[in-house]
Amino acid sequence: MATTQTPDVDIKTDIGNFVYPEHHKYDAGIGLSEDTINYMCEVKEEPDWIRDFRMKALKTFLEKPMPTHWASKDLEAIDFDKIRYYLAGDQKPSRSWDDVPDDVKQTFERLGIPESERKFLAGVEAQFDSEAAYSNIKEIAAKQGVIFVGSTEGLKEHPEIFRKWFGKVIPTGDNKFSALNSAVFSGGSFIYVPPGVKVSHPLQAYFRINAQNFGQFERTLIIADEGSEVTYMEGCTAPKFDTATLHSAVVELVALKGAKIQYITVQNWSDNVFNLVTKRGMAHEDAEIRWIDCNIGSRLTMKYPGVILKGRRARGEVLSIALANDGQHQDTGAKMVHAADETSSNIISKSISVGKGRATYRGLVNMPKHLKGCKNNTECDALLINTNSRTDTYPAITTRGDHNSVQHEASVSKVSAEQIFYMQQRGMSEGQAMSLAVNGFINDLAQHFPMEYSVELKRLIDLEMEGSVG
Amino acid sequence: MKQQLEIKNLSVKVEETEILKDLNLTLPRGEVHAIMGPNGTGKSTLAKALAAHPDYEITSGEVLLDGENVLEMEVDERARAGLFMAFQYPSEIPGVSIANFLRAATQARLAEDEELEATQFYKRLYEKMDMLQIDRKFTSRAINEGFSGGEKKRNEILQMAMLEPKYAIMDETDSGLDIDALRIVSEGVNKLRGPERGILLITHYQRILEYIVPDHVHVMWNGRIVKSRGKELALELEKRGYDWIKEEFAEPAAKA
Repeated sequence: MATTQTPDVDIKTDIGNFVYPEHHKYDAGIGLSEDTINYMCEVKEEPDWIRDFRMKALKTFLEKPMPTHWASKDLEAIDFDKIRYYLAGDQKPSRSWDDVPDDVKQTFERLGIPESERKFLAGVEAQFDSEAAYSNIKEIAAKQGVIFVGSTEGLKEHPEIFRKWFGKVIPTGDNKFSALNSAVFSGGSFIYVPPGVKVSHPLQAYFRINAQNFGQFERTLIIADEGSEVTYMEGCTAPKFDTATLHSAVVELVALKGAKIQYITVQNWSDNVFNLVTKRGMAHEDAEIRWIDCNIGSRLTMKYPGVILKGRRARGEVLSIALANDGQHQDTGAKMVHAADETSSNIISKSISVGKGRATYRGLVNMPKHLKGCKNNTECDALLINTNSRTDTYPAITTRGDHNSVQHEASVSKVSAEQIFYMQQRGMSEGQAMSLAVNGFINDLAQHFPMEYSVELKRLIDLEMEGSVG
Repeated sequence: MKQQLEIKNLSVKVEETEILKDLNLTLPRGEVHAIMGPNGTGKSTLAKALAAHPDYEITSGEVLLDGENVLEMEVDERARAGLFMAFQYPSEIPGVSIANFLRAATQARLAEDEELEATQFYKRLYEKMDMLQIDRKFTSRAINEGFSGGEKKRNEILQMAMLEPKYAIMDETDSGLDIDALRIVSEGVNKLRGPERGILLITHYQRILEYIVPDHVHVMWNGRIVKSRGKELALELEKRGYDWIKEEFAEPAAKA
């Protein structure tokens, strides 16, 4: 089965692969030093405590080794001295699409963002390289007191909430890339939902990389106050460049007593992107955090969304789908840290490896001995399409004590030549046949996703499988 | 141009072994032809080679579908050109419902920028299911997963009804069916007979031909069609078995 990708993919088969000429107003130059941080703090007009925070983080970043002792050696291919860390147009995002510069507006129109906003979203933030070009929340949500702004605006306009939670769920030194993000973060969302407010439609952020040799480091902080509910969706794309692009985000969620946060990612990076993201939520008493994480594209993705189950009866869930095409490595998984009685967690991971694509599942479930009535369910299913594919599973489940229960199931299946022949005999192309098999494989999981997301996911899988047939 | 499936001097190899040798057969639309023969004589090879299964290598010959050479075409192109094969052992596709499978197959026949209209699709699907007396609950089941032998074959007939091929090759559709299932499946095939369609019925037993009465019967032996007559040939085979064929057409080398 041929699996080589054509180098010049036409726009129809690869939706995010187009680029506009660069003309940034603000550019921190190439490479990373204290000067980079000083430049950013000045143009962003940030308070001193952020400058200190960034400087400390830079030190931590430089001290920490690359995690190549357990992760892919491919990480060594990242040259931190050749990356541009801050590129931005205007500092203040527009509230109306009419005020967004034409090329940026056209970018998001091609990606369908304004259309989705009109159809089903309560608010949108659209980030172009380092800063948001557009940010708007619909009146109905704003009236309820919901805050939805960029991280820079959040830390300046709402310091009383921002500072309380910023960097508390994911400390700077959590890993090398969380430290890097803490040093040079820009963009991302800050969301606060007041007690009891249930945001009826999703809030969405879209992260677009347009520049070459660039690193995007958005920082997102979502706080759902007691009894509130919110769904957040993020989408990402970048054009296909010959050089490596780095995307290293940090996302922190806080669900206070009885609150519910659902965080949905639709990632469709081009295959020159290193996507190294730290995502974690903290669930207080009776709160619920659910990550729906779909990883398509990128050269290497390392991402393990987690939930710290801090309060009694807190619930955490990670539903993830990873599609590793030829030349891609999806190293994904989930972390569930049980820190209170009667907490429960659920992990369902489905990975698909195509051609020489490689999918790795890493899980961590921790239940200390002194806890009672905790439950975890972990299911990892892998689908291999053609014999070169590789899949690995590393489920680390630590349970102590007799009063907790864990359940773990794993399966590996293959799409056989006979199955492909059967579908092709019914008139489907090889790509359509593979796509149908993949959609069947994730079907039981995708049924739990919001409808708009399932449709988008199916479309991305179709495109990816079409492109994987030579 | 003649509306027929024309197989001319077809030779087929599987893993270096020649299975079909200069096989000739013409199936006009509107007719049902049966191919009978003992096991291992190349009947299923013919079906799979016509459908372009990758394990079957065509070494010489021609296959013309309404005058167009299909040997140049990929599996899916042949299917879209109107060639359908009902599988003896259809594959399971986990998680894919019959409805979604048929939607994908129907969508594949539309122009690239054309989107399948869902309500019309279901209307047509339900019409075909009513015609074949298939319960509508059937459509939500994952394709062939946990199906009985009879359900698998009925599913093949349903697909044939939906895809409306010009030529249908039915590979041992009767195998593994009890008498009731055989009757139901045969009724389905009879409903799909018509002037627009040629059907090639591959079978080992005469039994199915009591339900689906063929226009012509061909006997295959050792990779060739060795006898072609009317439906009465099937009855003769039923009475006499295949031994007389084997004796009559044994290779000279085998005789010596």
